[in-house]
Amino acid sequence: MQAVADNVFRALADPTRRGIFEEMTRHGEQTVHALTRHAGVSQPAVSKHLTVLKRAKLVRHRREGRETHYSAQPQALAPLVDWMSQYGAFWRDRFDQLENLLERMDK
Amino acid sequence: MTTTAQTHTLVIDREMAHPPEKVWRALTQGPLIEQWLMANDFQPVVGHRFSFRATPVPGWNGVIDSEVLVVEPYSRLAYSWGTMGMESVVTWTLTPTESGTHVRMEQSGFPSQEGPNYKGAKYGWQKFIGNLERVVGEED
Repeated sequence: MQAVADNVFRALADPTRRGIFEEMTRHGEQTVHALTRHAGVSQPAVSKHLTVLKRAKLVRHRREGRETHYSAQPQALAPLVDWMSQYGAFWRDRFDQLENLLERMDK
Repeated sequence: MTTTAQTHTLVIDREMAHPPEKVWRALTQGPLIEQWLMANDFQPVVGHRFSFRATPVPGWNGVIDSEVLVVEPYSRLAYSWGTMGMESVVTWTLTPTESGTHVRMEQSGFPSQEGPNYKGAKYGWQKFIGNLERVVGEED
């Protein structure tokens, strides 16, 4: 589980890679060609980024004729969402304790 | 250090049925802070460096290194929150209401190393996290 989370965090830590992922979440399935137009880096570089995203299961690919189509898999963001909500839970719990303290305190 | 709305990552709001002066005491007196947050050597003095100490767990020594950044009595308090190589800022804002106090906590987080990608990465994360809930929601 930790390794899965590490892969997701690492994959999204790179701004270019994150941009590629965001592009797919916004505009759906795309070819490497189309992604390269938006990414501002070379096609081999985009392919490498896609490999890292695939390893984190953030991207799925499908072949059609000579073209490969890539699409985002947002459900793979789950470890990130868990991490965020844990931090939220930490503070909400502290808020509860703060309110308990205020009840006990003199005016 | 400054924080802007562009950097915040976590905001928690709550109405509390107690006056701001009382909430302020709970936020700024060390022995009271310890009762709801963590052991600490906090002083309500801008520039004061202190630490919060929790029970260590595997992979974390339980120490949060902090510095007081803002002290505006009964309205605003901010301190840095550094742990495990991550630096963030915790800001408390108290607003009086008819029945007590509106308490807001904002934690703005970002890596402490200000590398060349820092600004871009920060902007990207902000946008990304903003989209996160929507994207995950759409998947169901």
